Amino acid sequence: MKTKNFKRVMVWELPVRFFHWINVLAIIILTLTGFLIANPPALVSSAEATNLHSFGIVRFIHFTAAYIFFFNMILRIYWSFVGNQFASWKAFWPFSKKMWNNFWHVVKIDVLLLNEEKRDVKNISIGHNSVATISYITMFFIAIIQVCTGFALYADMSSWWLPKLFSWVVPLFGGDFMVRTIHHIAMWAFILFSLVHIYLVFYHDWLEGRGEVSSMFGGYKFVRDDRIKNSVEVSEEDLED
Amino acid sequence: MSTNNEKRKTYYESIIKQGYTRRDFMKFSTYMAAFMGLESSMIGQIAKSLENTPRLPVIWEHYQECTCCSESFIRSNHPIVSDIILDKISLDYTLTLMAASGHQAEAAKQETMKKYKGEYILCVEGSVPMGDDGNYCCIAGKSAKESFLEAAEGAKAIIAWGSCASNGCVQAAKPNPTEATPIHKIVKNKPIIRVPGCPPIGEVMAGIIVHVVAFGRLPKLDRLGRPKAFYGKRVHDSCYRRPYYDAGLFAESFDDQNAKNGYCLYKVGCKGPMTYNSCGTIKWNNGVSYPIQSGHGCIGCSEEDFWDNGPFYERTTKVPGFSEEGIADDIGKVAAGVLAGGIAVHAVAANISKRKELMNRIKRGKSNEKNIDS
Repeated sequence: MKTKNFKRVMVWELPVRFFHWINVLAIIILTLTGFLIANPPALVSSAEATNLHSFGIVRFIHFTAAYIFFFNMILRIYWSFVGNQFASWKAFWPFSKKMWNNFWHVVKIDVLLLNEEKRDVKNISIGHNSVATISYITMFFIAIIQVCTGFALYADMSSWWLPKLFSWVVPLFGGDFMVRTIHHIAMWAFILFSLVHIYLVFYHDWLEGRGEVSSMFGGYKFVRDDRIKNSVEVSEEDLED
Repeated sequence: MSTNNEKRKTYYESIIKQGYTRRDFMKFSTYMAAFMGLESSMIGQIAKSLENTPRLPVIWEHYQECTCCSESFIRSNHPIVSDIILDKISLDYTLTLMAASGHQAEAAKQETMKKYKGEYILCVEGSVPMGDDGNYCCIAGKSAKESFLEAAEGAKAIIAWGSCASNGCVQAAKPNPTEATPIHKIVKNKPIIRVPGCPPIGEVMAGIIVHVVAFGRLPKLDRLGRPKAFYGKRVHDSCYRRPYYDAGLFAESFDDQNAKNGYCLYKVGCKGPMTYNSCGTIKWNNGVSYPIQSGHGCIGCSEEDFWDNGPFYERTTKVPGFSEEGIADDIGKVAAGVLAGGIAVHAVAANISKRKELMNRIKRGKSNEKNIDS
């Protein structure tokens, strides 16, 4: 019985991991505070309004997290031009044959759970698989919807030009009512996405055993050594790694 | 009613002729400056402008409406507004207030339209039904559509009074059987001021019409064509109950202690946070009160489609296209539940379907564990 040999490959660079975890944090905070803002809990307090600012704080956290979410997104967009091949915008370009071949393969093997007669190692994506890629593109656009509607609702309370850039959104939908509704509904997309996303990370880690979960911490995934052309010569000192 | 034959007097001349004093006139100018949100140095300009500007003829049309805009207007808090500016000086045609009726009234309108072509201000109260060739609303033998297009043709500018003319209001609620249409969707080539509200605040209406007639130009408008001075802020942002909102103190129902304490009405459906209007600052009935001050949440009457956007007394997010039950959070919870169930089934199925592969890998891993050398 022979075990396959794997090589450690840096897939997710530090800015990508940074983006990922800041994004996780921002989405959790935005969702929780968003629910609170949509339907605030009854506050049992006999304090005067002067001495309380609890709802104001919830809103403050929401707006702060929104700014972080937004600038974090900009960081990721920047990195898609300077980062490695897995971070590049090219990896997200959905109009290639390779992309769609992989898409159907993933649908067959990982969604419908069929087994292949003969496995081709090239079908295992090193970075995102195509289904994931397409889901991230979708989430990117939903995030843009959230940014536009969120800043549009916020713009009137702000004196800064950045939120004001989005003030055209409200007239587009006729008023705050519809903008708020869209903002609220789109939030559910993040919740549903997160459920599937987290499950599939564990799924791939369990079925492929190449460090899917830990890759978003350390950045490394394990790739079969027959997929790597010229292995770097390793000096004696470095052997421990 | 003025007669169109007399030489056009300035506003000031007409006001003095009606028995008002110079002092009244200056008070009126001050009020107007305050309503328009102008600084005090502008009072003189308003006065000067009214002294030198010959009156602008105004035609005020009524279509699908309830006349609440007119009612609100004639109660705005300075008598000169309704008494002089409109009734006695400028208003050449308004079928609810004018003394003349029938053919004479229509003839007066036609004459004004001809004589002051391109100069008169057209005020429209009410939406125009476009369905069935406009037959749902007919005045003096003409459909509202016909009559409106005719009057709009020679107008210098159009003021859309109220939610009917601005947004279609309640008669445009789904399914909008008469195809009630706001006027900015019918006429595109004229400057239009939208003054939504059901009704708009009388002082707001006065401020706008005085601005137009005194300065001869439109006030600054926002992207939706509403005067910025009056629709630049949400009711929420100027609400005196706002501190309770920021504190997180809310009335849970209309009869609880919190409601008695005057807490924020956010949770009982107040639409103040989404509604642009001046109710919080100018208030109603000469500044006496406004809905929230009287203990009732804002229903958002100056916002587009407020009647279709969910119940007045609840905070919900309706999903467009779904029935009353289609509330975003309920749908979201069901979707999340179904998804979680699907994930659980998928996880079990994955382990069954891929068992061979998994068993092999586990076996290899275990054997490697046995053979660890150091």
